[in-house]
Amino acid sequence: MKGNVYLALAAMALTIYLVRLLPFLFLRKPIKNVFFRSFLYYVPYVTLAVMTFPAILTATAHPVAGAAALATGLVIAWVRGDLFATAIGCCLAVFITGLFI
Amino acid sequence: MNQSGEMPAAASSENKSSGSWFLKGMLAGIPICMGYYAVSFALGIAARNTGMNALQSFVMSLTMVASAGQFAAIGLIGAGAGFIEMITTTLIVNLRYFLMSCSLTQKLDPSMKPVHRFGLAYCITDEIFGLSVSVNGYLHPFYTYGITFVSVSGWCAGTVLGVIVGNILPAAAADAMGVAMYGMFLAIIIPPAKKNHFVGGLVAVSMLGSFLFTVLPVLRSVSSGFRVIILTLVLAGAAALIRPIPSDPDEEEEEQ
Repeated sequence: MKGNVYLALAAMALTIYLVRLLPFLFLRKPIKNVFFRSFLYYVPYVTLAVMTFPAILTATAHPVAGAAALATGLVIAWVRGDLFATAIGCCLAVFITGLFI
Repeated sequence: MNQSGEMPAAASSENKSSGSWFLKGMLAGIPICMGYYAVSFALGIAARNTGMNALQSFVMSLTMVASAGQFAAIGLIGAGAGFIEMITTTLIVNLRYFLMSCSLTQKLDPSMKPVHRFGLAYCITDEIFGLSVSVNGYLHPFYTYGITFVSVSGWCAGTVLGVIVGNILPAAAADAMGVAMYGMFLAIIIPPAKKNHFVGGLVAVSMLGSFLFTVLPVLRSVSSGFRVIILTLVLAGAAALIRPIPSDPDEEEEEQ
């Protein structure tokens, strides 16, 4: 490790903040363009789905535990749709599966 | 937190609900906090192995709040990379936040105070964005601030503890906490998928695409940050062409 760590951190933190900030500064009004509006409407669904699968399988020590979390999460989210219940359900699924592996 | 200090006392209706929205956000942020704690622990251990101390790691987590971005940052600092390389890599690894910020601007009340745009920009992470964008109607900035306050607390605490004490959490507990975030993601995308079959299909195709990126020869080498960007551009773009949203999507959703 060489150079000033704080200077390096400042440069990178500022870069990340600008990446996040620029759209907020330049997209001031509701977008009228139907394609772009529709695109932005679909963005979260694609992004979150891509980030969840297959990452959930490798997030735990054993893929079976991850698969159990996925199945549990899908069922609770489908039936109840409750954020906290789904999150806790996934954790419990991993913990319980871990006891048997 | 100086956000509340910036609110003039006269702005009554917004002021009254700010506190309750903040509280609501804090509750919603608990699963994120748990997930962040587990991930940032690993981050803290990685930072320590590079030779960063607790204060440096804390500053990093507080100012960046980005998982893949910070792992990249630690690698760059450890390798003694130059500023140009640091800035370009950071830009690429965190480019998905640009899309998320674009998306979130469409949830803002046009009468919202412009200063909140600077505050909300700090809050854009995968998880906090996911929660914020899923509210019905306009987003109240204090809801996002509440989520962020709880989440970033967990994020920073986990990082510092990772540096100082290494892994004190029993492996089984850390393992279990690590999936809380994914459970939350499912709770965000599955209920709309249940109501709207097109969104359901899109979610399934997205997961399939993401899976293919981890097994197919050339695609395997694409980093996870880029995978998110490529699939989001292609699939959300295709969805927008196939099924454009004519009016306000939230209103339509409620009618169905």
